[in-house]
Amino acid sequence: MEYIGKIFLILLSSILINNFVMSRFLGICPFLGVSRRVETAVGMGAAVTFVMAMTSLITYIIQYGILEPLNIQYLQTIVFILVIACLVQFVEMVIQKSSPTLYKALGVYLPLITTNCAVLGVAIINIDEKYDLIQTLFNGIGAALGFTLAIVLFAGIRERLELSDIPKPLKGFPIALITAGLMSVAFLGFQGLIK
Amino acid sequence: MNLVLLSLLSLGGMGLLFGALLAFASKKFSVETDPRIEDIRNVLPGANCGACGYPGCDGFAAAVAAGVAPVDGCTVGGAAVAKEVGSIMGIEVAAKEKLLARVLCQGDCEAAKDKYEYKGVRDCVAASMLADGPKGCRYGCLGLGTCVRACPFDAIYISDKGLAVVDWDKCTGCGKCVQACPKGLIELIPESSLVQVLCISKDPGKEVRDNCKVGCIGCRQCVRACRFDAIEFADNLARIDYSKCVNCMLCAEKCPTGTIYADFAKRKVAVIDEEKCIGCTACKRACKFDAIEGAVREKHRVLQDKCTGCEQCVKKCPVDAIHME
Repeated sequence: MEYIGKIFLILLSSILINNFVMSRFLGICPFLGVSRRVETAVGMGAAVTFVMAMTSLITYIIQYGILEPLNIQYLQTIVFILVIACLVQFVEMVIQKSSPTLYKALGVYLPLITTNCAVLGVAIINIDEKYDLIQTLFNGIGAALGFTLAIVLFAGIRERLELSDIPKPLKGFPIALITAGLMSVAFLGFQGLIK
Repeated sequence: MNLVLLSLLSLGGMGLLFGALLAFASKKFSVETDPRIEDIRNVLPGANCGACGYPGCDGFAAAVAAGVAPVDGCTVGGAAVAKEVGSIMGIEVAAKEKLLARVLCQGDCEAAKDKYEYKGVRDCVAASMLADGPKGCRYGCLGLGTCVRACPFDAIYISDKGLAVVDWDKCTGCGKCVQACPKGLIELIPESSLVQVLCISKDPGKEVRDNCKVGCIGCRQCVRACRFDAIEFADNLARIDYSKCVNCMLCAEKCPTGTIYADFAKRKVAVIDEEKCIGCTACKRACKFDAIEGAVREKHRVLQDKCTGCEQCVKKCPVDAIHME
């Protein structure tokens, strides 16, 4: 029971309290780049969720199955990036085949998931926190859901911003950055959720 | 040594494994794309200037392959690229005339007065926000180089008298400067056009005179001089209809302020080949300047001092006996 409680805590904390975009400031590039419309934001969120969950799983296996027994932990970063790059390539192929519209809408940001620091971040945090396999999986999914939550909320706000009367110097990216800052402050409120 | 070997083996092994998986996946999830897109992309200039209206050369290539964009849509590549794209698409391309950018103002620091001394940001857009810029004439070129910075081909420079000038050897007619100029002073003109009205001022003649020595004062002498009905006059300003203009340069000779520019160095005269001439008088009737003399069934002759090089006789001659020199 205690174990399930801990997993729930990990999930909650990675979605809300330590939200990757809003608190850890990882993955800002797609957060700003693909948040013009809710539809593409959801697509991006789904792609990142898949990549993050798979990355968490595979990097865990590699870390404890290959790197630690062979005592070559120093290869961690390059191996993890290799895993991420392959997964992103795979996701890109699947999306191009299954949904050309989504592929077009995501554009350059899809291959850029490779360099999305949130993905590498979650893999390294998993190891640093010494999570076991199930905890790792849930932390990965939680982080990805947090990313999706942030980007979808942000896209919703930006869709409304398009229609509002914004002073000319603030139009476009300036107001988006201010909005992102305010959202980050709002997410700060979750810090007191768990003692 | 052992460590290096282990690292190499494990990393290489993982790379190979992932590579094999990806290769398998790429077969399974392969998507057929139009091979023409890449072919077209390869013959485009690759400047990604966006003059065609699509985001970069890739976007244009995809649009052409999809049949949405015209094959001669790339203004930068011009006729040569249009022909190659046409051959990839299997379409014959009619030669389209190249357009060049022209700054329609010659009110430099000597010819035009300033109304105040501008010391702000060195940019035409910024300067034009302050009472339409420092120039006395509110239509004039400010010479602060907004077009120079907009040009992706380094084809515009500011002359030492403070006017923007287009280097036609480098100009590709992409139209970036046309959009950049806050005064709307730059126009794309056909390459063959040798005559242009270098003023866009719509002010009444007296005002233009006060501000600038070389502005169009709206005297309409050019309109009366033109025998091809190629000059339109509206809002105190003469404009040349390039589709009607035959480069006779008569308007430029008549213009009292020198506003109409003509490249007199390129002016030609008609010459009749006496061996071919059959004396049909077709050229004599076509000439609007009485520059051809000769009776029926006799050899005709061009009066060199009257000929303006309008080429009307060349078009009319049934035996191709006239050429331009």
